[in-house]
Amino acid sequence: MSISFRGQPTAAAETVSAGGRPARPARNPLGALVTAAFVAVVLVAAPQVLSDFWVQTLTSAVIYAAVALGLGLLFGRVGLISLGQIAMLALGGWTALRLGQELAAPFPVTLLLTAGIAALAGVLIGLPALRLSGLHLALVTLMGAAAVTVALANINFPNGGGGFFGYNPVNSGTVPLARPALAGSDGAYLRYVIAAVALLFLISYLHVRGRPGRAWAAIRQSEPAATAAGINVTLYKLWAFALASAITGVAGGLLAASAGGLTAYQFPTQDSITLLAVVLIGGMYSFWGAIAAGFLVMIVPAILQQFGISSDVLLIVFGAGVMQSLLATPDGIAGQLPKDLRRLSARLGRGRTGPAGAGEAGRTGGEVPR
Amino acid sequence: MIEIEGLTVRFGGVTPIRDMNLVFPAGVCGLIGPNGAGKTTFFNVLSGFVRPAEGQLRAFGQDLLRMPGYRRARWGMRRTFQTEQAIERLSVYENVAMVHEHTGGRRSKRRADVLTALELAGLDVAPAQSVAALGSRDRRLVEVARAVVGAPRVVLLDEPAAGLPDEDTVRLSAVIRRIPEETGALTILVDHDMSLVSDCCEVTAVLDFGELITVGPTHEVLRDERVVRAYLGTGEES
Repeated sequence: MSISFRGQPTAAAETVSAGGRPARPARNPLGALVTAAFVAVVLVAAPQVLSDFWVQTLTSAVIYAAVALGLGLLFGRVGLISLGQIAMLALGGWTALRLGQELAAPFPVTLLLTAGIAALAGVLIGLPALRLSGLHLALVTLMGAAAVTVALANINFPNGGGGFFGYNPVNSGTVPLARPALAGSDGAYLRYVIAAVALLFLISYLHVRGRPGRAWAAIRQSEPAATAAGINVTLYKLWAFALASAITGVAGGLLAASAGGLTAYQFPTQDSITLLAVVLIGGMYSFWGAIAAGFLVMIVPAILQQFGISSDVLLIVFGAGVMQSLLATPDGIAGQLPKDLRRLSARLGRGRTGPAGAGEAGRTGGEVPR
Repeated sequence: MIEIEGLTVRFGGVTPIRDMNLVFPAGVCGLIGPNGAGKTTFFNVLSGFVRPAEGQLRAFGQDLLRMPGYRRARWGMRRTFQTEQAIERLSVYENVAMVHEHTGGRRSKRRADVLTALELAGLDVAPAQSVAALGSRDRRLVEVARAVVGAPRVVLLDEPAAGLPDEDTVRLSAVIRRIPEETGALTILVDHDMSLVSDCCEVTAVLDFGELITVGPTHEVLRDERVVRAYLGTGEES
C-alpha cells in the first residue's frame, strides 16, 4: 500500500542566468525637460504676471500640494488612512507662529524646529495607529482632528500675546509669521514657497526610491511578508508618520507666513476628508498626483469664485471625481493624464502620417498589463 | 539543525499543534500532512507570527522564541507564503534587494548577491521587470529568490508548487535541492505534491490534526500505513 505518485521527475532545471542591469524605469528625457522648463517659467514669470490675488492663491496651492504629499505618503505608499492631516497642518502653523514669536529665529530654523515638533506629534499619533488600520485608523485620526479644531477655536493662533498660548484677545487681528528677508513681497514669497516645497518633494522622492520606500511597499501589501523580509514594521510605520507629519508641519509654517496669517476657521475638520478625496482624484501613488491635488483644492475654488459660483459645488464635483477615480482611474489624474495625452498624440500622429504611425501608437500608447 | 521540544499552539479552544517533538537535521526536509494538520501554523511559529503556548524552539543552538519576527529574518530565518507575497509595486530586483538590505547584507555585495539569488531561483526574467506584470510561477520564484538571498540559515517553503504545471514543478524541485548545496541553509518543504517531496527531501515528517504521526526517510514515511490513512481517511487499499 502506498501513496500514488506522479511521473518521477528527472530533468534538471534550466537555470538561465538573470542578465541585464537592475535598470530604473525608462524615462523620457524630453518630458523631464518640458517639465523643468514649465517649473522655471512658473517660478520666474508667475509672480510678475499674476495679480496679488492669484499670487496668494498659487502660494496656497503649492503649500497644499505639500499637505497632499504627506497624505499620499501615508495612504499611497504605506496604506495608512489619516483623516487628520488638516489638523496637523494647523498644528504646524500654530507651532511655527509660537516659535517665531518666542525665538525670532531665522525662518528656515523656525521651519526645521516645526518639522521636528510635528514629527514627534506624528509619532505619538502613530503609536496607537500601529494596532489600527483602515476604517478604524481613519476614525481615530478624524476624531483627533476634531479635537484640534475645538481646541484651536478656544486658544486661537498666537498673535503676540503673553502666556503659553501667546494669544491676546484684545489685539484681535492675525499676525503672520515674519518672512525671510529675501522673500518679503508676495511674489518673492511664492518663489520661496515653491523652492521649499520642491525640497520636501525631493526628500520624499529619495525616501520612496530608497530603502524606506521598499519597506513601505512591502508593508502596504503584506505585513507578514515585510516581517519575513527582516523589515521592522513598527519602525517603518512610525517613520512614515514622522515624515508625513514633518512635511505637513512645514507646510503649516509656510502657510503661517503667507498673506493674512492664520485663523482658526481656516482649518475645519471636514477639510481633511476633502483632502483625502482630492488626493484620490489626483493620484495617491504619484508625486504629480499631490501637485494636482493642491491645485484642485486651491485653484479651482478660486476660479469658481471669479465666476461667482460657490465653492461648495466642488464637494459634489469631488464626490463624483472620487467615484470616477475608484471605478475607472485608480492612478488618478497623474496616472491617467499622460496615458490620455499619449493616446491623443498617437491618434493625431496616425491622422497625419497614415498607417505608418500605427506602429508608433502601439508602442507608446500601450497600457501596462496588470 | 532545528530542535522542537514539546511545542503546543492554542488558538482559543483549538489546538492546531499538540506536544510536538521533532528534529530537522540538515539538507531539505519535508513536512506533509492533510489540510488543517498544522503545517502552516508550524511555519508561523518558526517565523514569529504565532507565539506557542508551550515548548522550546532551537535553531543551530539559538533560542528563536526570544526574537521578534523581523530579527529572526535577520538571523537567517526565511520563508515563502502559501499565497505568494511578491511585492507588486517593486521590480524583481527590488523585491530581492529589499530582503538583502533589511537582513544585514552588505551594500557592496548587494547587486552580486541579488543576481546570484535570482539565478539560484531559476528566474529568467529581466531584474528590472515589474512584479505586477509577472505570472504566478515567476512570482513564486521571486519569493524563492527572496528566501535565499544573502545568508539564509533556515528556508521555509510553504507549498511552492501549488498551482504550478508539472514541467514547472520539475524545474522547481531542482531549484529546491540546490538551496542547501549553494547556501548551506536547512530547507523545510511543505507541499501536497508527493513527487516533489520525495524528489527533494531525504527526511520527511508527517503531521495530522496537530500531532506528529511519524518522521523518517521519505520513501519509508510515504509507505507508512498511518500516513496513508491520514491522507485518505481510511485504511483500505487505494
